[in-house]
Amino acid sequence: MTAVDTYKKNTIGDRALDPSAPLLTVDDLHVEFRMDMGTVKAVNGLTYSLDRHETLAILGESGSGKSVNAQAVMGIIDTPPGYVTRGSVKFRGAELLDLPESQRRTVRGERIAMIFQDALTALNPVFSVGWQIAEMFRIHRGATKKEGFERAIGLMDRAKIPMARERVNSYPHEFSGGMRQRVMIAMALALDPDILIADEPTTALDVTVQAQIMQLLADLQQETGMGLILITHDLGVVAEVADNVVVMYAGREVETGEINQVYHDPTHPYTLGLMQSIPRPDVHTDRLNPIKGSPPDLMHIPSGCPFHPRCPYAREKCVIEEPSLHEVAPGRVSACHFWKEVRGDRA
Amino acid sequence: MTEPMTSAALVGAEAIEEIPIGPEGSLWSDAWRLLRRRPIFIISSLLVILMVLIALFPGLFNFPGYNPRDCPLQDARLRPSAEHWFGTDLLGCDYYARVLYGTRVSIAIGIIVTTVATVVALIFGSIAGYYGGLVDTLIARATDVVFAIPLILGGILILSLVGQRGIMQVSAVLILLGWPTMLRLARSSVLAVKENDYVDAARALGASSFRIIRRHILPNALAPVIVYATITVGTIIAAEAALSFLGVGLQLPAISWGLMISVAQNRLRTDPHLLFFPGLFLSITVFAFILMGDALRDALDPKLR
Amino acid sequence: MDRIDPLDSYRPTLVKKETLLGRYLVRRILQFIPVFFVATAIIFLFVYLMPGDPIRALAGDRQMSPSTRQALRDRYDLDDPFHVQYVKYMGRLFTGDLGEDFRGQQVTEKLAAKLPVTMRLALMAFVFEVVIGILAGILAGVRKNGFMDNLVLASTLVVIAIPIFVLGFIAQYMLGVRLGVMPISYNPSRPTFSLLMPALVLGSVSLAYIARLTRTSLVENLRADYVRTATSKGLSRRRVVGIHTLRNSMIPVVTYLAIDLGALMGGAIITETIFNVPGIGREVYNAVRSQENAVVVGIVTFLVVVYMVANLVVDVLYAVLDPRIRYD
Repeated sequence: MTAVDTYKKNTIGDRALDPSAPLLTVDDLHVEFRMDMGTVKAVNGLTYSLDRHETLAILGESGSGKSVNAQAVMGIIDTPPGYVTRGSVKFRGAELLDLPESQRRTVRGERIAMIFQDALTALNPVFSVGWQIAEMFRIHRGATKKEGFERAIGLMDRAKIPMARERVNSYPHEFSGGMRQRVMIAMALALDPDILIADEPTTALDVTVQAQIMQLLADLQQETGMGLILITHDLGVVAEVADNVVVMYAGREVETGEINQVYHDPTHPYTLGLMQSIPRPDVHTDRLNPIKGSPPDLMHIPSGCPFHPRCPYAREKCVIEEPSLHEVAPGRVSACHFWKEVRGDRA
Repeated sequence: MTEPMTSAALVGAEAIEEIPIGPEGSLWSDAWRLLRRRPIFIISSLLVILMVLIALFPGLFNFPGYNPRDCPLQDARLRPSAEHWFGTDLLGCDYYARVLYGTRVSIAIGIIVTTVATVVALIFGSIAGYYGGLVDTLIARATDVVFAIPLILGGILILSLVGQRGIMQVSAVLILLGWPTMLRLARSSVLAVKENDYVDAARALGASSFRIIRRHILPNALAPVIVYATITVGTIIAAEAALSFLGVGLQLPAISWGLMISVAQNRLRTDPHLLFFPGLFLSITVFAFILMGDALRDALDPKLR
Repeated sequence: MDRIDPLDSYRPTLVKKETLLGRYLVRRILQFIPVFFVATAIIFLFVYLMPGDPIRALAGDRQMSPSTRQALRDRYDLDDPFHVQYVKYMGRLFTGDLGEDFRGQQVTEKLAAKLPVTMRLALMAFVFEVVIGILAGILAGVRKNGFMDNLVLASTLVVIAIPIFVLGFIAQYMLGVRLGVMPISYNPSRPTFSLLMPALVLGSVSLAYIARLTRTSLVENLRADYVRTATSKGLSRRRVVGIHTLRNSMIPVVTYLAIDLGALMGGAIITETIFNVPGIGREVYNAVRSQENAVVVGIVTFLVVVYMVANLVVDVLYAVLDPRIRYD
């Protein structure tokens, strides 16, 4: 089954879609959370894009803003306390951020779908998995209960859940972690979305299961041609599957590029630090090599380059001036004043 | 790659519901800081303190100075006036004094019952929750049985069979019927805390069960129990009043709001003040405890902030 | 290439929904039986085995001729050894003999006569508290900290705090005596209307609890992860709240309803007394007043059994609502 958006309308609300534009364009996105104790600046000027057939990895640690950015794209941030203060999110050229909710809702599930980290809490515990998957068809396509269930079984098959027909009436807690994640994937694919955002899909799973799920996602993308965004903090997990990577720190991207190039030839101290901190099974060493310091307090982001307190290359300029994105090679950008040095130094 | 513990603000970006950790980092000190500033807590705890003071030293508040048991019949059923602030009752006793002295009994029963029930519940609840297995099953079954008998019904049943009903007897019955709810709460609270990793850590370090219960489990499981205990004082006071109203609680010549209301019930039209004042004091007292419990709960439950 | 998830083999084998529910029902009934026996044994203990004179327990302090006394002893088998007494007591329970009053009227007769009125009262109160309670809770929870929320929280707190009999008298005085819009006592020719005020009073405290519980439960569920998933499925807010969260939110409320029945019974006694409703509750009150303890024991035993059965029913209902419980 290939994703065909010919039978889908060419508009979102009253906005026309441009078939030649990238599936998703995020431009200078800013998201903040206004709390009693202060304002948390979760995303600070994030820009990236996604095409059909492309797998983009968004890499960052907790608090880097990677999940918040995905929620902003989906439009599921709780307001208050969350506010998108600047930037644009375009689906095939049509701006999403200022759409009224009723129109924004038509994007969710149909065009952009999302799966979450912990499938046990992400699925509703009191409804069967079949019911939840079939809901997509019942609500969005006007299917009957029976039709919905049949389609659900089909989707569960596609997600390689064994004995789908027997298990369609089972409840989420009756499945193992990996199977539950497959249920979520099946549910997300129901309406043939153009984009699938996977927010830490394998973090809660065993290593062997992680590989299976990643493979499933890769296969499904192959089949459907959809764009896939993988949000993770685990470099290894996305290495095989992703085409490009956006490395995030303190709510902004610090390095973007084709994933193998970024991994082997980092041009930002943060990325370099990440690569160096991974313990290697073939090298015997007494100490691990973490990045010194701790992640920034998002209520008080350091001036200039936010990474400067932890950066071995930091200089006076880094404290004063926030680095813009420098193009270090075709298709590769880095937000470091001294990326040339970083490049020369890779371990 | 490291996943270091971050400060609250950072975590707040990804999951807004996380607990902001104050400088001392303890639940109780955080709660106290919050409570100090909340008007609801201040008002309710002041009321509670007032009521307790009245209970302990009714004479202090009895400004007109009438003896509640000194009842000249010719002064019966007087309306509230400057001389008798709350009027007089059917026998001519000063109602203000009577209502004041009624506080004693209510607060006493409320506190006695709640304290004993809580202690019992904590001890057995911790044992049941921590050890599990057969002990837990036994305790749970016993709880189920008593739980199967509703409070007021059971109270009526048992107390109607008892001849002399003083504070002790009424308290005993309320304790008997009231501990299951407390125990269930304590037990589930312990169960929830037991799951935490620091318990395993303590055990791995060789701490004895007793020590683990005392040092790690109890302090953390205590919070919901304290909240519930505060509210329970209120409900017990109301229960005693209800039982006395029905005629199975305290007996004359005890001074109890419930008894006063019971006597007043047929005279609603003619002497409403007989109902009004004990009703008022009863309501305020119960209200104060419940409100205080509510405020405590909001302060101690990080999820509800 | 694609291996089956190895953990799958450790999952419980698939059981049909109906069988699982059925087994749960059986387990619950099996748990119910010992509780039933022990609870009734406790009642037995208090009445017949307590230190002191069981005659006193059954008949209060009234003066009696020796022959009346002996008749009473025979009636309740008080001269038999304890274990025989117990067996006979249980026998009496199962045959529906709940004792009698001093004029010889069977408790069961009284129950039959007065039950309909109490049932009507209880039903009205129940409908009132469930419908309005849940509605208020939803309205409060959906817009947390909004006007409705604060209104509901404040008013329920007041209602909970004021003991039911005070509430009853206030209602009687305000609505009945002062404003005169409602009858202050039961009128057999207008049963539903004259029960309206007592039903409102009876249900008021429970309503307050239900509203608060619904609100809290809803607020908690609205923050759940599955809400985020449901929203990202493109479902409308109304559906997410009305179907996805509501089902989960109702679970604690249903649990509460079971306990509530006990409160309703106690409250009915008080409400019927205040509003002079000729139901079971008032029977209990009158029996207490006239020291007809046998009647008190009989009726209360009946009510306790009803309460236990109702709890059983609610337990099963709970399992229907929450499939995770069926494994307990």
